[in-house]
Amino acid sequence: MTQQNGSNGDQPIIICQDVHKWFDDFHVLRGIDLTVEVGEVVVIFGPSGSGKSTFIRTINRLEEHQRGEIVVDGIELSHDIRNIEAIRREVGMVFQQFNLFPHLTAIQNVTLGPIWVRRWPKKKAEEEAMKLLERVGIPEQAEKYPAQLSGGQQQRVAIARALAMQPKIMLFDEPTSALDPEMIKEVLDVMMELAESGMTMLVVTHEMGFARAAADRLLFFDGGVIVERGTPEQIFNNPQEERTKLFLSQILQH
Amino acid sequence: MSTIAPELERPTTTIGPIKWVRKNLFNTWYNTLLTLLALWLLWRFVPAFVEWVLASNWDPILSRPVLYFVGQYPAAELWRIGVIVALVSLNFGLSWGAWGGPLRTFAVVLMAGFAVVALLPVSLDTIGLVGRLFMAANIAVVAGGFALGQTRAGQTRWVLAIGLVTFIVILLLMRGFPGVEMVPLVQTTRWGGLMLNLLVAAVGIVASFPLGVLLALGRRSKLPVVSVFSTLFIELVRGVPLVSILFMMSVMLPLFLPEQIRVDRVLRALIGITLFSAAYMAENVRGGLQAIPEGQYDAARAIGLNGPLTTLLIVLPQALRLVIPAIVGQFISLFKDTTLIIIVGINEILGIGKSIVLGNPEWVTAQSEVYVFIGLIFWAFTYAMSYSSRRLERALGVGER
Repeated sequence: MTQQNGSNGDQPIIICQDVHKWFDDFHVLRGIDLTVEVGEVVVIFGPSGSGKSTFIRTINRLEEHQRGEIVVDGIELSHDIRNIEAIRREVGMVFQQFNLFPHLTAIQNVTLGPIWVRRWPKKKAEEEAMKLLERVGIPEQAEKYPAQLSGGQQQRVAIARALAMQPKIMLFDEPTSALDPEMIKEVLDVMMELAESGMTMLVVTHEMGFARAAADRLLFFDGGVIVERGTPEQIFNNPQEERTKLFLSQILQH
Repeated sequence: MSTIAPELERPTTTIGPIKWVRKNLFNTWYNTLLTLLALWLLWRFVPAFVEWVLASNWDPILSRPVLYFVGQYPAAELWRIGVIVALVSLNFGLSWGAWGGPLRTFAVVLMAGFAVVALLPVSLDTIGLVGRLFMAANIAVVAGGFALGQTRAGQTRWVLAIGLVTFIVILLLMRGFPGVEMVPLVQTTRWGGLMLNLLVAAVGIVASFPLGVLLALGRRSKLPVVSVFSTLFIELVRGVPLVSILFMMSVMLPLFLPEQIRVDRVLRALIGITLFSAAYMAENVRGGLQAIPEGQYDAARAIGLNGPLTTLLIVLPQALRLVIPAIVGQFISLFKDTTLIIIVGINEILGIGKSIVLGNPEWVTAQSEVYVFIGLIFWAFTYAMSYSSRRLERALGVGER
């Protein structure tokens, strides 16, 4: 751990400056500036292809950025592989398609990281994993395989798996988009609880109810830039940009 | 509106045998035609085959059956082969006890095989009382191994370690040591028969599996040197018939090596078969690797697993499970391909059969009997392999998608 490590609490935990990314010649991210404080919940929304998923994937370096600077918890993301692995231990991620490991049971999914990355003894990892499965409300499913669980249960296991690494930041990439309607609430409830517990969260979602209730800030992405940012109050009641108004009217119509 | 529909019992739908035949064999005109054709073929060939079996000269097999199984292995040292068979039985029993489920089938198939040989309706001159008792005793050895293995239930690593040690012990026991009176050296030139086919197949499988996995991973590597070398090796070996690889190993290898170094004939065949099989294995495994969705890599990286751990813990377990049928199919053809080592002068079972027929003028007419017998042996082994693998697939399929 370096001296500039941000665990003292008054430094921002994520600093992005002028982040650019290209997929081949396609310019996906066109200069993102963002500072996130410890414990903040930031909801990112916008049309598909706007670069919002790509952006949160750059924060744990699942995607590489080609210009600009990203500093997470005092560590700059660079080509240095040790930095990347250090960051990934601090940042948990939940995916749209859950991405559970299908050959492992729920509890094995959760204990894999602690045992192999954090080098915890198996017993300790399992005890902690059971606590997490209780926290997300499915301790009785511990010995089941992902294919035997409903979508909502799978996503909750995925959240427990990410939390098992004791991250300082949680990234959510459209966590409820692949779920049947009746299962969305059980996942959002877990996320609400997490937000209230003080976790720093970046959430890509179109669940505006969740955004209104949990977010400290909203970011509207379009065309690879942050078009508008503000509190839920400002964005929902008084959006400034035409594109924001149009998009909100489209998704809030129903 | 709020009344719940009552739960009804499913109506029984069993049908009688005549109805079954009507429904499955004579339901359409072309199905009827096929059924009649099949019946005609059976009527034409089954009696003819039975007649052939009864009229045939089985002497080339019945007079010296041991020859087919161990070749010219010295008679005084045959007890070592017995010990090896018992060790194999013990291992199957142990893994059944310790690992349970999937390995049960292997052990049961093996016990059934022993029972068949022990009770085979041929004269005591062909399979002696001692031989039959030994086969029966092996059933007990499997069962004993099972009981022993149950005390180590779930400890698969322990089973694998014992298996590997046994494998080495078997090789050493077969070869013996020069100057040791108990187990004198038996040159590989005296090794032969089915025993050699099984040995070459087993070594080929055990060695080509890890090599093939490494080649498959190498081919997908980001390091150009590794991937180019792997690709080149795979494509080169796959483009050449096994026979020519075996010839190369036995004729050309000595030309490249200094004169003092002489690689054993059997070893050369082993290396050839292993390299050949590894190239095919690599392509099978690559198919499995490509089927793993990108999200699995994302998830593994997101929890901080590095590249090697991701491969070992996430990718390979899923990829290998997907290609079990292909891998088993390849092992089966590897086993059958071991008959090709005859061309480099090794007395495997087919070669033995040939020399038995050609060695006795009165048996020259009994060629078909010998080859049918050898074919039957291969069929028994390969069918046991494919049957067991189908069970293994089902056992490992638990919780998959």
